[in-house]
Amino acid sequence: MELTRRDATIALAALGTGGAAAAGLRATRERDEPPDRLDDDAVVSAMVALAEVLYPSELSGIEPFVETFVTERLEREGHGEALRATATDLNELAAAWHDAAIAELSPAAREELLREAGADIADEAPDGTTAERVRYFVINELLMALYTSPTGGELVGIENPQGHPGGTDTYQRGPPS
Amino acid sequence: MTRTPVAGADVCVVGAGPAGTIVADRLAASGHEVVVLDAGPRFDPDDRLRRQERSIRPSFSRPDVWDGDADRDAYTSSGEKGYPLNHARVKGVGGSTLHWQGMVMRLHEDDFNSRSERGVGVDWPIDYADLRPQYAEAERELGVSGASDNPFAPPREEPHPMAAFPPSYSDSLFAEACEELEIAMHSVPNARNSESRNGRSACVGYGTCQPVCPSGAKYDATVHAEAAERRGATVIDRAPVQRLEHGLDSVEAAVYATPDGERHRQEADAFVVACGGVETPRLLLLSESEHYPDGLANSSGLVGKCFMDHLFAGMGGRLGEPTRQNHVGFLTSESHQFYDDADETVGPFKLEFFNYAGPSPVEMALTGDDWGDDLLERLRANYGDHVGVGALVEQLPSEDNYVTLDESRTDDHGNPVPEIHWSLDDRMRRTIERANEIQRSILEELGADITWQVGSENTGPAYHHMGTTRMGTNPDDSVVTPQLRTHDLENCWLAGSSVFPTGGAMNPTLTIAALAIRAAEAIDASL
Repeated sequence: MELTRRDATIALAALGTGGAAAAGLRATRERDEPPDRLDDDAVVSAMVALAEVLYPSELSGIEPFVETFVTERLEREGHGEALRATATDLNELAAAWHDAAIAELSPAAREELLREAGADIADEAPDGTTAERVRYFVINELLMALYTSPTGGELVGIENPQGHPGGTDTYQRGPPS
Repeated sequence: MTRTPVAGADVCVVGAGPAGTIVADRLAASGHEVVVLDAGPRFDPDDRLRRQERSIRPSFSRPDVWDGDADRDAYTSSGEKGYPLNHARVKGVGGSTLHWQGMVMRLHEDDFNSRSERGVGVDWPIDYADLRPQYAEAERELGVSGASDNPFAPPREEPHPMAAFPPSYSDSLFAEACEELEIAMHSVPNARNSESRNGRSACVGYGTCQPVCPSGAKYDATVHAEAAERRGATVIDRAPVQRLEHGLDSVEAAVYATPDGERHRQEADAFVVACGGVETPRLLLLSESEHYPDGLANSSGLVGKCFMDHLFAGMGGRLGEPTRQNHVGFLTSESHQFYDDADETVGPFKLEFFNYAGPSPVEMALTGDDWGDDLLERLRANYGDHVGVGALVEQLPSEDNYVTLDESRTDDHGNPVPEIHWSLDDRMRRTIERANEIQRSILEELGADITWQVGSENTGPAYHHMGTTRMGTNPDDSVVTPQLRTHDLENCWLAGSSVFPTGGAMNPTLTIAALAIRAAEAIDASL
């Protein structure tokens, strides 16, 4: 099954984007954020690499989907800064433990990194420990994007998953024959 | 925004939920100067998608979705059964309709005559026929999608404003089983647009009705707050009323706090307290005086007494075939067939056929220690074949259940917090058992493997706070008149489900709205 940029746009419509204030926020960010913070392109690359292990193997089109979704979420006030900071922290762990940036790790090493960070067993918490923030801003961010999209829903058997404004027809229909 | 008092106000309404805003809108439409004070904030409609995300993410609790504040909303739960008050309400403009389900059915005729017809509880001082015109008006005001296919519903004079939502696929599965058992199913009246109406969207199926509707298709009381403002009313948010200043016969001013630490006095000719079944009696009790040492309007001693909620009974399981759950967050079929069998031993109850039984895939995905193919396998194994039947059950009024002040704890303004003392009675337990019995027969006929049950041992409240300022004709055994004016004070009305003498087993908001319209008529006539 193929994910598309349109799926990402649909997920963003459900979950919200930066909105009109985004351009102003970017200008502020460039002035105020620490210089060693990952830039947006690097954050997107890291998220794409992680999505490749977080998403089921039968999905294709992960890169454009994640690129579109994460680029917009980085513009969201408050959320974007925290996402950028968490990706930076995880990337530093990747450098310390695997001598490479997240995007350069093998899929097995990316998965190992998430488990070494404790994010697999952590509860998500936007203001929590590194593990809890990775769970919130990386793992659950990407899983929420997928499973609130129609394509992600269809993987499970629901065309109109919770969070997606998919209308009032599908609940009336029987299962596909 | 300015939060200073409005000079020359005719009416001061305390509480911007459905009761308060409907009264405010009606009186503003009649040309009165109206000011509405609410303890909570005015929420930005543009934030609803963020609130929806909170409702899906596991790190946010239900009170977090609408910015619950533990200090502002502090309370004590006592009694046999704990009461999760802050999961049951939203403070702010719109009130608890911001997070409600949106089911709006009329009470049945016998609900108004429980003592006479069922031998328990008390009779209301009004009958269904007295409220019937206001029920129709309330359906227009809220925007109700419904059909006249319920053979057990009380008589109605006109169709609902919008067509009912069609039944779900899972309703069709239940229909076969119910036909075998001779149980009639019918549509559900929803305060949710089945088509665009009055500038509000039709439902687009976000599936998160409880606790937030991002599209605005589900009615909430911001509709009437905004309508009242368009007619000239003033709505002041974050203005918790601390007490009602009064003389022997009338209320003179509502003293409210503002975020800057100031206190103000809002004077008016008439006052309407519409803060729900917990905060309305609390404000009256906080307003004690030498005239009313046991609390304002409390000559009967019943302010805060007879707290009631509806109880939930439910059962569900797995069918082993697709049931198409969680596409939408509302119900499309119910059965009121057993409702009017109620007597002194078993109370009224209604059955609800779920469209959201079992887990939502996205919520499942955000919990667990798996991802990738393992996660997808888990989601597929756990989603898709669930079924569930719920029920709402009546609780009778009892002075053993009450809202009072906990003098040992204070809120963020130094006022004693509300104490909810709640317990269950034997009739309610028998009613839950009866509902469970029918639910089991339906699920067994359907061929489901039953995996869960909510019975009398693990039941919980439906978050409908009723009964704490009862309506009646006798000042010795009621707090307000049939027109909802307090017996004790000539210019003080109470609107909301706190005035219900009994609760029936129907979701209360349509009756709240109908009574608010009735109260507005009486207030208008008095001014």
